[in-house]
Amino acid sequence: MSNFFKDTDLDLKKAEKLVSDTLHNCDDGELYLEDTKSESIVLDDNKIKSSNYTTDIGYGFRAINGDVVAYSHSNEISEKSLINSSKNLKSTLKNTKGTYNYEIKKTNQKFYKEIDPIEEKSLSNKILLLNKINDYSRSIDSNVKQVTANFLGEKKSVEILRSGGEILNDVRPLIRFNVSIMVEKNGRKETGVYGIGGRQSYEDYLKNDNWKRVCEEAYRIANTNLESKPSPAGEMKVVLGPGWPAILIHEAVGHGLEGDFNRKKTSVFHDLVGKKVASEGVTIVDDGTLDNRRGSLNIDDEGTPTEKTVLIENGILKNFMQDRLNARLMNTRSTGNGRRESYKHVVMPRMRNTIMLNGKNTQEEMINSVDRGIFAVSFGGGQVDITSGKFVFNCTEAYEIINGKIGAPIKGATLIGDGPSSLKEVLMVGNDMMLDPGIGTCGKAGQGVPVGVGQPSLLIDKMTVGGTQI
Amino acid sequence: MIKEENYLKNLAELCLSKSKSFGSTDSNVVVSNTVSESVNIRNKKLDGSERSENLSVKLTTFIGKKKASISSSNLKEKNLEDLVKRCVEATKITPDDELNSLPDKDLYFVGDKNLNLYDDTHIENEQKINFIREAENVAFSNEKIVNTNGSGFSETKSNFVLANSSGFSNGYKTSNFTAYCEVVSKSNGSMERDYEFSSRRFFNDLMKPEEMGKNASELAIKKLNPKKIKSEKISIIFDKRVSKNILSTFANCISASVIAKGTTFLKDKLNEKIFNDKINIVDKGDIKKGIGSRYFDSEGVEVKELNLVKDGILNDYLIDTYYGKKINKKSNGRSSGTTNLYFKNGEKTLDEILNSSKKVLYINETIGRGANIITGDYSVGASGVMVENGEFTNPVSEITIAGNFNDIFKNLVLADDLEFNFSTNSPTMLIEGMTVGGI
Repeated sequence: MSNFFKDTDLDLKKAEKLVSDTLHNCDDGELYLEDTKSESIVLDDNKIKSSNYTTDIGYGFRAINGDVVAYSHSNEISEKSLINSSKNLKSTLKNTKGTYNYEIKKTNQKFYKEIDPIEEKSLSNKILLLNKINDYSRSIDSNVKQVTANFLGEKKSVEILRSGGEILNDVRPLIRFNVSIMVEKNGRKETGVYGIGGRQSYEDYLKNDNWKRVCEEAYRIANTNLESKPSPAGEMKVVLGPGWPAILIHEAVGHGLEGDFNRKKTSVFHDLVGKKVASEGVTIVDDGTLDNRRGSLNIDDEGTPTEKTVLIENGILKNFMQDRLNARLMNTRSTGNGRRESYKHVVMPRMRNTIMLNGKNTQEEMINSVDRGIFAVSFGGGQVDITSGKFVFNCTEAYEIINGKIGAPIKGATLIGDGPSSLKEVLMVGNDMMLDPGIGTCGKAGQGVPVGVGQPSLLIDKMTVGGTQI
Repeated sequence: MIKEENYLKNLAELCLSKSKSFGSTDSNVVVSNTVSESVNIRNKKLDGSERSENLSVKLTTFIGKKKASISSSNLKEKNLEDLVKRCVEATKITPDDELNSLPDKDLYFVGDKNLNLYDDTHIENEQKINFIREAENVAFSNEKIVNTNGSGFSETKSNFVLANSSGFSNGYKTSNFTAYCEVVSKSNGSMERDYEFSSRRFFNDLMKPEEMGKNASELAIKKLNPKKIKSEKISIIFDKRVSKNILSTFANCISASVIAKGTTFLKDKLNEKIFNDKINIVDKGDIKKGIGSRYFDSEGVEVKELNLVKDGILNDYLIDTYYGKKINKKSNGRSSGTTNLYFKNGEKTLDEILNSSKKVLYINETIGRGANIITGDYSVGASGVMVENGEFTNPVSEITIAGNFNDIFKNLVLADDLEFNFSTNSPTMLIEGMTVGGI
């Protein structure tokens, strides 16, 4: 079953013994093995700019005692290397008297197939298609001056060896297809970016010329922005469209509900469980179990099966997202949110697919109710300061709302809000929940992991808009 | 510990010769090795340790004007051979691109390597813990500091060899010692965080822990109980931690790749005045012990000192071989980006800048990536402190600042307090007429 020790001086038995010996008297820990193949092909400026294939294999050996984590990782899988790591872990954790928790829930759940998306479509076919995408995008409008398109495919195999000989496995395919289009008209330039992806093969996303829709969407955003006028500045009502704008939820409350910040009491939410943190009608879940979604996992990177975790129910804070370490220290259970970017990174509680569920209102009602505000449809990225709760996100497509009607497009602006108060400012929750198209990557402490978001349209009473017009 | 040059050179040679045997006409390989050890503490107690060892290969093969690349950390000979073969096979089916080539031979670095980029001092974890604990001790001596977000110390040693089929083969060791202390202040229901950070090539040059703890706690306390302010046009001062980001954005706008594609608002601005005439920007790769110093770029091209902006005039671009050909210029060794990039000092003192008008807003942190280099539009979240009649008054948060770089560049005024703490450095910066979004 395990391929990790092939062509090495190790076998499963030796590795298991080393793991058990090292983690003896520790509270937790494991040997995490990972084998990742990835391929990136970029078309830029009418040419195949790069074609890169990467293989990365290695291990991360972790020992935990109390609240202290010792971690050692290397890309050399050998007995000598593992013994060195074991020594390094023991030098941090001296005289431990922990009790190893052997229990980890078993699962047969599968939310994606064990495929290798890279090999399912040949390199020449990918190059052919990228050229077609380039031609098609440029044919939409003579104002299209630049097209960048890329395919990113990955197959990540992980194996987790726990003390006592328990072994957990997962094989995770992932693909992403992105198009960026720059248009130029009367000396003015704007770009639009759109992409799709998830844990299926390329064909599942690109069939029936579905890629054309991605090009058209990127073009539509760019073209809309050509007509955009300077954005207003100051506090106003904001209507968010469904789907991708849910990075608001990811930034405003998601990060603040990760177990580590709350155990350490550095999150503004740490003492708010059971309290009202959002308007009535606001229910938010973090779900790792959606079929083929970018943020879904069969098991997390500690081996815990993922689940649908209710974070906020009808405005009341219910649960934090936990990995094993923070769960143990907070006397609760792991919610299957223990993730790491790769074997080179420590585990942290991270989001999966973070979603606000449907309410009752229509988007039309929301827009009609606003005298002066903005309607934000698409976003670049976001960021949050967990401690102060302040978060931002950057609009890439937005419109002014005047007297209940959608007006002119406005230039990309940053929106800033306060996490704990912004969800209390939600005036209406829409009935049009949508998931994002599958391109999100979340960064935390230098680690990027694939995530998803989703939400219905939302009306927020006030947020500060970072425009130039007062 | 880290692998020596011979070991890396042998691996590099192996990749080059295998590429050739599979049919490549040219090839370029980087073999790099990094060993890093770090500790983290929280509330003066050990929180964790990490040891990392990484050896990897990145190979690019050419067949005429075709090009493809692979990278891997799986260096078993059989695997490496399969990968090199895969790389050459991929090269064969990639379309021709006239611009693909190795650099011109006369541009390769050939000089002495005497910049002092490697300190082989090894700091035991125990000593790392003591260092950073001392910083937290000092920070916690103020009662408003109630928690830490974690403080840490890391030591990284790297070695690499870059070799290509033109006969270039060179490499060198670098070291890095980094310490940071991030604390949480609390008062009247307000909770804020801030940090101090020091990163140096040599251990002995690091900021002392006492100073680090003191700075972090003062910064976090200064932010407590912020107010929102009304939207207005106001002069803004960017702290050095923020002003350097303006410089980084400038660098992104003048790389040959965006110039060639026209995806920057600074296209066609060469030899034009884009800043006021007091502004000078330099990228200098040969600063001794410099965090951004290097001898050659990722193609082996010598890194020459560049006066990117002289008396306000855009004087040069950041150029690699590929895009250099596209804009008919020779590479100036910037395929890995800038080296030690900085604004030369301005003429005003910090005090003069603080007193430049009755009311200015001092920004010590921005949040979000709000720079659009195609349009030059800029909009970010921010927090800072109001300065009235030269005195710091109340902290301000949950605001946005916005403008356009065309105006920002022309209006910015620099203080005379440049320090070299990062690879990109700027003095304190004053910008008149920015829009602040508040209530």
